[in-house]
Amino acid sequence: VLFQIMELCGATRLGYFGRSQFYIALKLVAVAQSGLPLRMESLNTVKDLPLPRFVVSKNEQESRHTALYSSDADNAASYSGVIPPPPGRIQVKKGSVSHDAVQQRTSTDQQESTSPVVSPQQSPPTSPHTWRKHNRHPSGGNNERPLAGPGPFWAPFSEAQPGSSTSSDPIWSGHSPPPHQENWVSFADTPPTSALLAMHPASVQDQTTVRTVASATTTNEIRRQSSSYDDPWKITDEQRQYYVNQFKTIQPDLNGFIPGSAAKEFFTKSKLPILELSHIWELSDFDKDGALTLDEFCAAFHLVVARKNGYDLPEKLPESLMPKLIDLEDSTEVGEQTGEVGYSSSPAEAPPSKSPSMPSLNQTWPELNQSSEQWETFSERSSSSQTLTQFDSNIAPADPDTAIVHPVPIRMTPSKIHMQEMELKRTGSDHANPTSPLLVKPPDLPEENKISSSVKFTAGNTVTDGYSSSDSYASDPEQIGSTVTRQRSHSGTSPDNAAPPPPPPRPHPSHSRSSSLDMNRSFSVTPGPQQAGVVAYPPAVPPRPQPSQGAGPHVHRPVDAEGLIAHTSTSPQQIPEQPNFADFSQFEAFAVSGVNKEEEDEIETHSEVLQVEKPSDSASSLRVAKADGRVEDKAPANVPTSAGKGTTPLAPPPKPIRRRLKSEDELRPEAEEHTQKTGVIAAVLASQPSIPRSVGKDKKAIQASIRRNKETNTVLARLNSELQQQLKDVLEERISLEVQLEQLRPFSHL
Amino acid sequence: LLLLSVICSPQNYPLYIRSVPTENELKFHYTVHTSLDVVDEKISAMGKALVDQRELYLGLLYPTEDYKVYGYVTNSKVKFVMVVDSSNTALRDNEIRSMFRKLHNSYTDIMCNPFYNPGDRIHSRAFDNMVNSMMMQVC
Repeated sequence: VLFQIMELCGATRLGYFGRSQFYIALKLVAVAQSGLPLRMESLNTVKDLPLPRFVVSKNEQESRHTALYSSDADNAASYSGVIPPPPGRIQVKKGSVSHDAVQQRTSTDQQESTSPVVSPQQSPPTSPHTWRKHNRHPSGGNNERPLAGPGPFWAPFSEAQPGSSTSSDPIWSGHSPPPHQENWVSFADTPPTSALLAMHPASVQDQTTVRTVASATTTNEIRRQSSSYDDPWKITDEQRQYYVNQFKTIQPDLNGFIPGSAAKEFFTKSKLPILELSHIWELSDFDKDGALTLDEFCAAFHLVVARKNGYDLPEKLPESLMPKLIDLEDSTEVGEQTGEVGYSSSPAEAPPSKSPSMPSLNQTWPELNQSSEQWETFSERSSSSQTLTQFDSNIAPADPDTAIVHPVPIRMTPSKIHMQEMELKRTGSDHANPTSPLLVKPPDLPEENKISSSVKFTAGNTVTDGYSSSDSYASDPEQIGSTVTRQRSHSGTSPDNAAPPPPPPRPHPSHSRSSSLDMNRSFSVTPGPQQAGVVAYPPAVPPRPQPSQGAGPHVHRPVDAEGLIAHTSTSPQQIPEQPNFADFSQFEAFAVSGVNKEEEDEIETHSEVLQVEKPSDSASSLRVAKADGRVEDKAPANVPTSAGKGTTPLAPPPKPIRRRLKSEDELRPEAEEHTQKTGVIAAVLASQPSIPRSVGKDKKAIQASIRRNKETNTVLARLNSELQQQLKDVLEERISLEVQLEQLRPFSHL
Repeated sequence: LLLLSVICSPQNYPLYIRSVPTENELKFHYTVHTSLDVVDEKISAMGKALVDQRELYLGLLYPTEDYKVYGYVTNSKVKFVMVVDSSNTALRDNEIRSMFRKLHNSYTDIMCNPFYNPGDRIHSRAFDNMVNSMMMQVC
């Protein structure tokens, strides 16, 4: 029947569905639907044919359809009429290609009726053309009329083609494409849908091709009609203005973006289901950047409006809604136009070939767009991938399992070890507060602490390690490692001791160490004195010009820390390790004499001070002290220093102690030493102020410091041994914990 | 050739399953599920290199069927698993990699959608289309 109609309306003659053809075809469809014989005369005689029933739906469509026939304006009306039923049509369409065409029309009609945007574009001529194709190719691209319908229409068409089972199917199955086109015109008419149904029998490809053709035709018609909405998806000026105003309310800068979250809230207000909003977003966020530009926003808004009016969402963004991206436009236009052109040029023969091309065009077009967008967004992607990596690292810490995993790498770096120590201390000690402040401190601090701790262990090194470890530490605030971690850190640091001297320019590590010292202090009570001393040290950080002076600062730091267990983790920056070392030992001695608790308190304050101080030496020494404190539970990593510290419990004069503390910081991992150090630190700190004064007496101070350093050395040596013992114990504990972790990992690793 | 694509969340529940309709789909589902364990193994084994494209050769070389399972993990522990029939794909590692890359790109596009909550099933039509095209192309 359809074919008959097509022939009758002369479409075959023309080779395309001109407007008149379309109208005629529609009329014929109506005629056929009403059971009248298809004859040209019937068109004339049956003027008041009911509108072809393209879609099962709307009688009003029929009436509209007739109106359409009467005038093009009516077409608009019919379109509008069609628009409402698109959804219904869509379902009907499932059966046929013609549905597609019809749907497009109907959607256009509906659009018109529902919104001013509706473009009465049903340029019949083009639609008939497309019709034909549609009939053959259900998919037909009524892209031209990217009415909400077309998209969905097409989809259902292609899917439902084989199974068009709408009522109109029987009617349309025999119809030639032209009727479909007619339907197009009279979108409101159900016939189009039925025609579409007939199309269904056609290949699915045809559908797509038809669709494209239809779209082409529709666009032509649209252009021709130049109605308010040539393109069902086109945005009228009023609408556009409204959209722009809405955009402004969200984002004053018209050239700016609306972030995804804001857009989400905004569109959620439209009360559409999330799934549809998600689809709208996918369609409209052209560059896939998670934000909407003005064009994208208008497109999205328009889609929302269309959807609320009953239009189905298209599979692909309608051309008129494409954001005005230059490269995209070209590609899209090209794609569209080629499709259209192809169709219109050889409707009869082309359809089959076109169909494959059209679909490909349709596909390529979005691909082109996407690819161009991808080019544009490539950097974004890459950045996103980078962020992905970072993200993952961020995630890791949050994940307790990963947190556990993290300590492992941390272990490698002194700072990590330091952190672990801190954590251990944290967990181990009651001084949650001290630790927490430290923990809370900016990652730098922990890093620094770690670094300092690491530095402590190794006379100068690991500043980097410290940082890295601190990074891990920062990322794993939860590292509890407890003793295990601490041990690990200690062990880590001890090896670090062997590392080369810490790079001079690393004030931070010392600071971090100071903070870590605080942590340590809080953790380890034993090294208290030392640590306190150490801790005190960093804050003091007074000038550390010369080794002797350097010792001073070290001492100073512990002094400052007084309560803080300044891990006399010699700051890596301490260049003059030796003097620091000496100081450290002194400090240790000092610390030993000190009180652990005090150290801890001091450490806290000290850590803060430490951060301020930066004197690498002092910081390091303090850190070491802290580390020592921390290490108390663990084997002494920086045994040497710690030992030194331990051996010089307050014995050395404050000044030397301070200096030694610094070195001790680097060295002292042991708790005992820490305690010593704290004492030393306190003493050192006390003496620190005097250190500057002693500047004048450098020589004397140097000699004195030498003596003290030696004493400190012995103390530290002792402390070192003790710490090593602790370290062994801690290592054992850690091993056991790791085993447990391994056992638990399969369950919690995710 | 591409038989099945699965995207799994970090918690190992599937976010997206798309398979070429064949018989024994359930078997492939099971295979993917077991391969997740292997994926986890590899994740944990890897230290720093978290993004990995690995090959899971299950060795189920039945005379009638032989297929390979490929895995891919993102930085956020989202896993992509693909089952391919290895009649022709014996050496197409690069193709597998490119397919995973495309999957990953599409997945990030979905993530960009503010209406998508991570952890939801993926219903995106665009994504479906992409995966379909990929599967068709491979086949």
